[in-house]
Amino acid sequence: MSSGRSLVKIRDLKIEGLAGEDWLPIVNGIDLDLATGEVLGLIGESGAGKSTVGLAAMGFTRDGCRISGGSIEFDGIDLVAAPLEEKRSLLGRRIAYVAQSAAASFNPAHKLIDQHTEGPVLHGVSTQQESQEDAMALYARLRLPEPESIGFRYPHQVSGGQLQRAMTAMAMSCRPDLIIFDEPTTALDVTTQIEVLAAVRDIVEQFGTAAIYITHDLAVVAQMADRIKVLLKGDEVEENDTRAMLEDPKEDYTKSLWAVRSFRRPEQPPAGSGVEPVISVAGVTAGYGAAPDVLHDVSFDIHAGRTVAVVGESGSGKSTVARCITGLLPPRGGEVRFNGEALPAHYRARSKDRLRQVQMIYQMADTALNPKLRIRDIVGRPVQFYGGLRGAELRRRIEELLEQIEMEPDLYIDRLPSELSGGQKQRIGIARALAAESQFIICDEVTSALDQLVAEGILKLLDRLQNELNLAYMFITHDLATVRAIADEVVVMKDGRVVEAGPKTEMFTPPHHDYTDLLLSSVPEMDPDWLDRLLEQRGVENIGEAARVRLD
Amino acid sequence: MGFLTYVVLPLALLTGLAWVARAGFRSIAGSFGAVFRAMPLTAAFGLTVVGLYVLAALFAPAIAPYGESQVFDEFNLFPGENPDFVLGTDQLGRDLLTRLLYGGRNTIGIAFVTTALAFLIGATLGFVAAVLGGWLDQVLSRTVDVLMAIPQLIFALLLLTIFGQSTVNMILVIAVLDSTRVFRLSRAVGGNIVVMDYIEAAKLRGEGLGYLIFKEILPNAAAPLLAEFGLRFCFVFLLIAALSFLGIGIQPPLADWGTMVRELSIYIGYAEYGDWQAASLPLLPAAAIALLTVAINFTVDWMLDRYSGLKS
Repeated sequence: MSSGRSLVKIRDLKIEGLAGEDWLPIVNGIDLDLATGEVLGLIGESGAGKSTVGLAAMGFTRDGCRISGGSIEFDGIDLVAAPLEEKRSLLGRRIAYVAQSAAASFNPAHKLIDQHTEGPVLHGVSTQQESQEDAMALYARLRLPEPESIGFRYPHQVSGGQLQRAMTAMAMSCRPDLIIFDEPTTALDVTTQIEVLAAVRDIVEQFGTAAIYITHDLAVVAQMADRIKVLLKGDEVEENDTRAMLEDPKEDYTKSLWAVRSFRRPEQPPAGSGVEPVISVAGVTAGYGAAPDVLHDVSFDIHAGRTVAVVGESGSGKSTVARCITGLLPPRGGEVRFNGEALPAHYRARSKDRLRQVQMIYQMADTALNPKLRIRDIVGRPVQFYGGLRGAELRRRIEELLEQIEMEPDLYIDRLPSELSGGQKQRIGIARALAAESQFIICDEVTSALDQLVAEGILKLLDRLQNELNLAYMFITHDLATVRAIADEVVVMKDGRVVEAGPKTEMFTPPHHDYTDLLLSSVPEMDPDWLDRLLEQRGVENIGEAARVRLD
Repeated sequence: MGFLTYVVLPLALLTGLAWVARAGFRSIAGSFGAVFRAMPLTAAFGLTVVGLYVLAALFAPAIAPYGESQVFDEFNLFPGENPDFVLGTDQLGRDLLTRLLYGGRNTIGIAFVTTALAFLIGATLGFVAAVLGGWLDQVLSRTVDVLMAIPQLIFALLLLTIFGQSTVNMILVIAVLDSTRVFRLSRAVGGNIVVMDYIEAAKLRGEGLGYLIFKEILPNAAAPLLAEFGLRFCFVFLLIAALSFLGIGIQPPLADWGTMVRELSIYIGYAEYGDWQAASLPLLPAAAIALLTVAINFTVDWMLDRYSGLKS
């Protein structure tokens, strides 16, 4: 496909960002070439500068950033030197942008179709009437339900996946030459992601649009891009055709990215039938306020030294189960047992020792750690609170805990959370849970906000701690790669019900429950043909939301 | 000429002093000096003025030439008429400079105590409402709504008439009335903090209400509360001055600026005869109030900008 003429040509691009009063380099001299009709994947960890480069291809920088060197050419137009007026006539018309969060990008006060037609009308591409008809055609092509009427809804009236597709349709409204996709599926569930991927690829191929596809998910980029460019801290690591890159990465960094999904915890045999589980969720039914039940008769056991992964899409009730176990949401029916003893439903009714036994690690380490407390206080408080240690003893225990999570005590004990990286913050969250010396820890999406390499490190740490301390984990996640890596048993949830449960190996070998099957098959694989194959097997009508609706 | 001497010159002097002070602090190495290196001149001006006021208030007995209510034979002297009384004397023959210094001491001191009390009441209740929620939150919030619905000055007048005028009563009445604003702020700020996972973690650890409020919430709410403290202080200060002007604030023989404005206001009439110096006498305490208000606002703006990223 790279036979098209050159569309974007970036040479030695340097971008700086304002930090306090100093300009720090964000992108240090990147070259980028894109031909018409070609799709380039930009991948890298957070902070690699991939979004910054993507925006720069539109001649745009975020507030507090500036282009400090190099050139950006779009179809022969110098975007660095171009006056604002000229750029304005290009943006939306010849270059379009699809943001990560469609929910935050649509104006909630206007109907979808009114926002769709704004661009074409403003640029004089078509009239309101023509543009509306075109929008409906695009909606149909993107397989949105009821394409004639869905545009007349407000953003909050359609689902996340539909909104993301509506945004893709909006980007296509002027038939641009270039679309920049900035992590368009990151915020979506796997089953929803797949239909957006299919739609995006379909539309890019149909209209011969060039695209820059920014993502941190390698399996996704393998489906979408003709070529892949790997970025690391503002520098290019390597670039190659997708297949060549997947089969034979040259640089060590790229190899390490490719290898991250390799961690596998050896699966523990199921605990014997006579063994008392650490936590036993027995027929729990629960709901919020006066609303109807969101959990229906949920039951599963977690044994010492075992990891139970609770998987499901957002809204399936997996976090609600955790709230029932911790006592934040007293169940309406059923009970939670700890070592055979029923726990009081409400956390306020539980004794200090009962509270100690259920610990939690949160998804967002940023909000899980008090930004104003030092590490010694964050980790030390549970030690002091439950164990009553003081002075030198307390300090020794904090140091021991920091060593357990592989962080140098002298270096970190007096730091604030803001002085740590994302992975380190998550480790502190783990240390706080360990400090209570409980047997059971709930891990709520602990790796989903982290880069893959960092997440890998956290999973290995959790595994090591489990072996050393014989901990029981309840692992809430929507990421099946994580499940494969760490789980012993899997509980699949949908709409507040357990649809399937069992040992990992059983769960990953057919035959599955239909929903498990849908969930498993929707996880992108590191194979450029995976999406094609899947679409061929299932047909475009049988993926994503459409398939799920059929299951109900 | 008078405008130049009494307005432009002092302001220029204060600005100069602020600039010099800032330059001095800037030369200190380390994080303490860094605070001043990033400080705009307005903030330096505000801090300098506040600092001078505080010094004058603390050391009023040492600085003032005479006793607070010392009466002399020569009353109604104009500034410059007698070198012993730089700013002249009032209708009872008390030295105006002395009254001005002691007035600052009384008004600032009482306003500070009142604001601190308002924050103690308002912030504690606000955080409790944010953490516990439910019916307690409803009761507190609706009570505050009712209190806020009544115009503050009129309500204060009413309450002071009912409970009788005294400095303690005035402090209590203003503190309670002003704590409603603090309650609203701390409940809102606290509401944003209690949804954080670290609060959930602390609750699940079994921590009590006191720990939650003072160790987990307060440090994160300190910046907006501190900024609000500055603004509240201004309002309390103005309210006390207004009450004193109306005659039920700080009572004689204690000096205070509100009363001074009222007592000197008779001179305004001199403007009719072209005697601008006499006519501008009531402006002395009024300007003292205005300058402090402006200075505190400058300081608060800077703190807001610095600690919470809010642009004023």
